[in-house]
This record gives sequence, structure tokens and C-alpha cells, in this order.
Amino acid sequence: MSVKQYHIARICYSAAAIFNLAKVMPHHYTIRRANLPDLDQVVSLDARVTGTPKPEYWRQRFESSRQPGSQQYFLVAEQDGRLLGFTLGEIRAWEFGSQPCGWIFAIGVDPEARLERVGSDLFDAMCRCFREAGVTKIRTMIARDAQLVMSFFRSQGLMAGPFVQLEMDLES
Amino acid sequence: MKLQIATRHAVFAILELAAHDGQMSAGEIAEKYGLSPNHLAKVLRTLGREGMVEASRGVGGGYRFAGNAKRLTLLDIMQIFEPIGVPGAGNSEPGDDTDEGRALRRVTDEIEDITRATLSSITVDTMLKIVRRTRKGAARPGG
Repeated sequence: MSVKQYHIARICYSAAAIFNLAKVMPHHYTIRRANLPDLDQVVSLDARVTGTPKPEYWRQRFESSRQPGSQQYFLVAEQDGRLLGFTLGEIRAWEFGSQPCGWIFAIGVDPEARLERVGSDLFDAMCRCFREAGVTKIRTMIARDAQLVMSFFRSQGLMAGPFVQLEMDLES
Repeated sequence: MKLQIATRHAVFAILELAAHDGQMSAGEIAEKYGLSPNHLAKVLRTLGREGMVEASRGVGGGYRFAGNAKRLTLLDIMQIFEPIGVPGAGNSEPGDDTDEGRALRRVTDEIEDITRATLSSITVDTMLKIVRRTRKGAARPGG
């Protein structure tokens, strides 16, 4: 995809992807874009799963996802007002020399709602957003010891990509 | 990464049995993958002791998969037969106690870590999906 094609796709598809999203799943929960009242439950579920509350981070991500022309997608799975899961993704282009692709930054499912396809349905919905926005590649980054999360993404079909993540500690 | 023969036999046997609802004989599996039936039989006995397969004797007997395909990982299977991705594994070798030896160990341990993380994240169920995708890709013209 060229730069021009990418920007045309971005203008044409991003709104359609979001507004066509709300969908009642066969398991009687809804996958839709996150609304402000969901935020507390997202913060709470994320804190339960990761052990670190990050209310400011999630508020910023929510606000970014609501900016006009935003390529961020903040989706939730909800059943009768109860948050079952959430996912956050964004289309990013040209960083690390990469063609436009959809990054999945986070996915979380209520431990009591696991093995009910909530994670898979959220993943599918995010893929639909990316696909409708014109990108054909998705990426994520996972801690090497996060076996459950890595197994989840592997089961969705993700394989190692052409990039290797490197890091170092800065000397003080 | 070169796997030992027994490890490859075990992975093929588990994938074959997990892909089938019923039982299969060791001979059928050996024939498909071009394996030694005797060697495969030994591997299947080992897998039986680990509770990954079950054997039944008599006419129509054979083996069936007895694990949980969504939980059992490639690492679970492989490490029965060989040490996989164990950082610092192996005997002490000349030069290990030098700075260069320790630096080399850091790099090789990084590779071992990645190997272990990869194999522990791929379940039998995921492998069967990869097999299906590979089959589809191969079936496409030019695939």
C-alpha cells in the first residue's frame, strides 16, 4: 500500500469501521466501541489482570480513540452492563520502517469469563476494524514470560514477525 | 534448531492422534511420516507413561490422544525427550570462566529463552491450525 492509498483508506474507512462495529455475539454479549462509563470497569479489570492500576493511561487512550480521524480503536465486550473484556489497538505507519499495520496494544478478559470466546471475539472485532481501515497486517508485542497471552495470540494465528525487540538499561 | 529423532516422532504422533477422533495404529502413523515402526512404538510407550496417549490392545486396537489439545504445548512434548531451551544447560566447557565465555553464554542463553518461550506458547491445537493453514497455502496455485 502506498502512502497515498493508505491516507485515502484512512479517511474512507475509519468512521465506517467504528460505527458498524456494535455486534451482539452468539454468547449474548455485545462487542462495541468503549464509552466513557466503561472506563472505570476497564481500569479495574486491567488492574486485576496486570496488578497495576493505570487510570490516567486508560483515560488518555479513551480520549485519543475519540478524536476525529483517530486510528485508535478501543473496544469492549459487555453483557448487561458488566464488562467482560476490552482491547486497544491502533493503526501505525512507517515506524521502525514498517508499512501501515494494526497494532494490538492490550487485550484483557475477565478471568471469570475466559474460555467463552470473549478474547477471540474482541480480537476478531479489532481485525475487522483494521481490515476495514485498509491494513492487512496486525502486530503485537508480548512479554516473553506471559505464556497465557502468547498462547492466546498464537492460537489466533500470529507468528513471529520480521522485527526483533531490543533494549538496554541506561547507566545513571 | 535440530530436534532429536525421538522428539520428532513424538510430535508427529501427538499431532496425528489429536487430529483424529478415533484410534490409530503405530503402523499407520509410521507409514505417513516414514518413521521406524519400532522406534515409534517406543516413543508412544513413553508418551503413554506421560498420560499424553492411551493404548488399547486387541483387534482394532491402537492409540488415541489423551491430553488436552488446548493446554498441551510443544515444550511439554519435546522436553520429555531432550532438554529444550534451558539457559546455562550442558556441561562446563573450556573458556566458560572467562569474560568472553560469560558474554557468549549471555547470547546463547538469550536464544534458549526465546526458544523456550516460543515452544511453550504453541499448543497442540494451535499446531493443528498451523498445519491446516500450511495445507491451504500449499493447495493454492503457486502456494
